[in-house]
Amino acid sequence: MEDRAGVVDEFRIAVDGVYLSRAGRPVFQGLSCGFVQGQITVILGESGVGKSTLLRLIGGLTRPDSGAVRVAGEDVARLRHADLYRLRDRIGMLFQYGALLDSMTVAENVALPLREHTDRSEADVSAEVDRRLAAVGLSDVGSLYPRELSGGMTRRVALARALVTDPEIVLCDEPFSGLDPLNVRRIEKLLVGLNRELGLTMLVASHHLASSMRMAHRIVFLTDGRAVTAAPEDLARSGEPAIVEFLDAERGAEGPADRSGA
Amino acid sequence: MRGVIERIGLRALEAVSELGRMGVFVGGFVRAGVLPRYRVRRFMDELFDVGVLSLAIICLSGLTVGAVLALQGYYNLARFGAEGSLGAVVGLVLVRELGPVLTALLVTGRAASAMAAQIATMVTTEQLDGLRMMSVDPLDFVISPKALAMAVAMPLLNALFIVFAIFGGYVVGVSYLGLDAGQYWTSLEGAIVFAQDIAGSVLKSVVFGILIAIIATYRGYTAEPTAAGVSAATTGTVVTGSVAVLVFDYAITALWGV
Repeated sequence: MEDRAGVVDEFRIAVDGVYLSRAGRPVFQGLSCGFVQGQITVILGESGVGKSTLLRLIGGLTRPDSGAVRVAGEDVARLRHADLYRLRDRIGMLFQYGALLDSMTVAENVALPLREHTDRSEADVSAEVDRRLAAVGLSDVGSLYPRELSGGMTRRVALARALVTDPEIVLCDEPFSGLDPLNVRRIEKLLVGLNRELGLTMLVASHHLASSMRMAHRIVFLTDGRAVTAAPEDLARSGEPAIVEFLDAERGAEGPADRSGA
Repeated sequence: MRGVIERIGLRALEAVSELGRMGVFVGGFVRAGVLPRYRVRRFMDELFDVGVLSLAIICLSGLTVGAVLALQGYYNLARFGAEGSLGAVVGLVLVRELGPVLTALLVTGRAASAMAAQIATMVTTEQLDGLRMMSVDPLDFVISPKALAMAVAMPLLNALFIVFAIFGGYVVGVSYLGLDAGQYWTSLEGAIVFAQDIAGSVLKSVVFGILIAIIATYRGYTAEPTAAGVSAATTGTVVTGSVAVLVFDYAITALWGV
């Protein structure tokens, strides 16, 4: 169990003393936490606590008011536009609702990073897209538009797009949100499989406790603008009131509903 | 009293900041559009959306406006025995004023509002953030082709509007009111000076195209990522775009006499 006040070098991604306010409301107040290379770290916490914002800070989509966000040794908040884009070549991001371009087909969406950043031939790009879609179990949807996909399929196509340039780091924003249990397990298996096979550093923002406990090497629990880091099996023993309350609420949600009104 | 002055000062500061942000935004997409790589296919797609999909409304509106101008012009000119000048009146009014202004207002209502709504929806659904995370600059990939298409389509649509309006005026003036066809065309040809009237019309439509392109893309790009944000971006584009067209129309006419 560790309640991090500082950051050490073992971390591929390190957030150090970050302060951030939105519309006059503090989101992070000196947030410090780290993410180990090659591991799946799940960022847990109740809605609105800043899980997605933390991923956006790491991706350089949001800049902190103060503090540092280091990715592969570079402070994302201080990088120039061109350097930030260069760093993002090493990061893939799966957005909550996929963020697929709705004017393009599924195949065009997955091919986009390859067409933008490589000199590969069209035949090569097409073969790569087919391979990536097959890897997420969606070989036959290349010609469809995003509006024709279900939520789970959209998430899997977005994952294929996020991984098509072979990034070292993958940020997943609520990948299980709004999905049925079958699709939750499907995406969970995909993420775990990718981590095992490719050694990707994965950060998963989620409030889906069961899948988080199954897949995470470490859990970063956000509460009151700060982070508590623990192994999944140690989380319950943390004694942190917010964590205890979160786990109790989740266990209550999994049990039978109390209709007595008591 | 102090509170009023503070509010005015705050508003002025906000307006200057907004202009500064718009300047940075415009600089960004112009730079992206000028530097390689050139996105010809995306530009053509946008040109289709702005230009080809506006053809029906532009042609129909042009016909109607020309017909109304001919009716109004004929009866008023007849009071002075000058109905033979109908072609000149219709042509001059259309080329110098109504063509560029009405085309710009129609394009604002049809294409610019759609453009702002589309970009704002991309903001709301994180599509622009998705591009950024793929190291693709949205100013280059999305905004620049849209803005360029709007600026290019506007003078072409203006020309089409004027042609259809002159034809509408001809149909009403010659076929319905019995004016001599030769007289209609001769007075039209004699009244319009290319270097002054046609060039002025092109200048106005190019300025309006650029203006509306900036307003529509900026409103969409800076929209709040909510349904209300999309709605505000769309409405804001139509209102600001329409007013800006009328203000700039006066400014261009006053400054250059076109």
